[in-house]
Amino acid sequence: MANGEYPKDLKYTKDHEWAKKGGATIQVGVTWHAQDALGSVVYVELPKVGTEVKAGAQFGVIESTKAVSELYAPLSGKVAKVNDAVVANPALVNEAPYAGGWLIEIEPASAAEWDALLDVDTYVKSLG
Amino acid sequence: MPRLTPLNAAHKKLGGRLVDFAGWELPVQYAGLIAEHEAVRTKAGLFDVSHMGEVEFKGPGALEAANRLITNDLARIADGQAIYSGLLNPEGGFVDDIVAYRFSPEHIFICVNAANREKDFAWMKANAKGVTPVDRSDDFAQIAVQGPKAFGLVQKLCPKELSPIGTYRFTTGQVAGVDCIISRTGYTGEDGFELYCPPAKAEALWFALLDAGQGDGVVPAGLGARDSLRTEMKYALYGNDIDDTHTPLEAGLGWIVKLDKPEFIGKDVLVKQKAAGVTRKLVGFELTEPGVPRSHYAILKDGQKVGEVTSGTMGPTVKKAIGIGYVPTALAAEGSTFHVDIRGRPVAAKVVKTPFHVRG
Repeated sequence: MANGEYPKDLKYTKDHEWAKKGGATIQVGVTWHAQDALGSVVYVELPKVGTEVKAGAQFGVIESTKAVSELYAPLSGKVAKVNDAVVANPALVNEAPYAGGWLIEIEPASAAEWDALLDVDTYVKSLG
Repeated sequence: MPRLTPLNAAHKKLGGRLVDFAGWELPVQYAGLIAEHEAVRTKAGLFDVSHMGEVEFKGPGALEAANRLITNDLARIADGQAIYSGLLNPEGGFVDDIVAYRFSPEHIFICVNAANREKDFAWMKANAKGVTPVDRSDDFAQIAVQGPKAFGLVQKLCPKELSPIGTYRFTTGQVAGVDCIISRTGYTGEDGFELYCPPAKAEALWFALLDAGQGDGVVPAGLGARDSLRTEMKYALYGNDIDDTHTPLEAGLGWIVKLDKPEFIGKDVLVKQKAAGVTRKLVGFELTEPGVPRSHYAILKDGQKVGEVTSGTMGPTVKKAIGIGYVPTALAAEGSTFHVDIRGRPVAAKVVKTPFHVRG
């Protein structure tokens, strides 16, 4: 079921989030698979800038027309930026999960957590 | 193992995302819920509703036997008409909500919810007087064709003139060469038909409709769109908005209850409830702060739980977070305000006029 797109330069989690290194922060979103499984995303609830998030812990909520789903942080740190555009227009998650549909940027607490994330092959394999 | 409808292979072929619904494997969506929802509002969509059950009352006294089980009145409609109705327990709660078709006083055909097929049939069998109902569920598949283009589409494939078949009227005839009960009914708020046909012919009918509708933008639509469409109309969904503990009067369905009928199961309770007034009412509301209401969320007034959301979604056409739920009668008037507990956060809501969507 590995349909869709999974960029090679990203890291992934088994909870279907992606993480992308950009300067001092890590950008976070949900994968093509996640948005496809959710269906049309209609609501996104994100933490405020400055909130501490923990790897594997919930940091927000994403809702499709049909379902409510938790968002889990790929790594620990402080929320440095929030995508207000996706809050205003949640359909961006479906339209561009790796671009305009990004969710938050995290200032990571440790470098080790990045290395522990899944690479693209491992993630795609996990989709079966 | 979930049961399969005769259209299962068609759903797979069309890329439907199949889920287990009330014990049936059915598509929740094909291309996408919102696109399918919009297609039904602006063009037309096809729904496989073959999982619905059918029960038949036939022979002398059929009308009287069925009429004693339901809240609406088959004696007040003509042959060739259908009515939406409650099937109640003696406490006035819903065993199910159904559509009853009057072919003649000696032939009544009832469509019941999939999840209640066995329960309803057992209930009807145990309580019917004079006529023994027959479970015809396995003899029918059902395709709903819904949307502003639905009439033209079905007419194109049907030699019979369909314009005399108004809302909640039906006829029998061939559609794409398949013998059908052609019913001008639906669950979306749009014009359209529900076509009952032999299971072996369902796939041929389905693809004939899709082919004939291609130029009009007709698409297959899943359970997801069916749910968002009906929610925008505040049509009750059994198991969510109505169940065996809620009466039609509480559900705002007084219009399907004919208390002047000599007798029907549940009548005594409803007569008393009507005289005393209901203490809770099913209302439609919209959120006035960001969020999406969902089934089972608590409804709060002054921090106290006073009711519960029974259905909710982000309405794709109305473009608002809308919900349905039971509230105390004092909070049921249009404009009343309360909060919905969304994951511990009280989100402001107000009661609005329903249906949420008014056909354009």
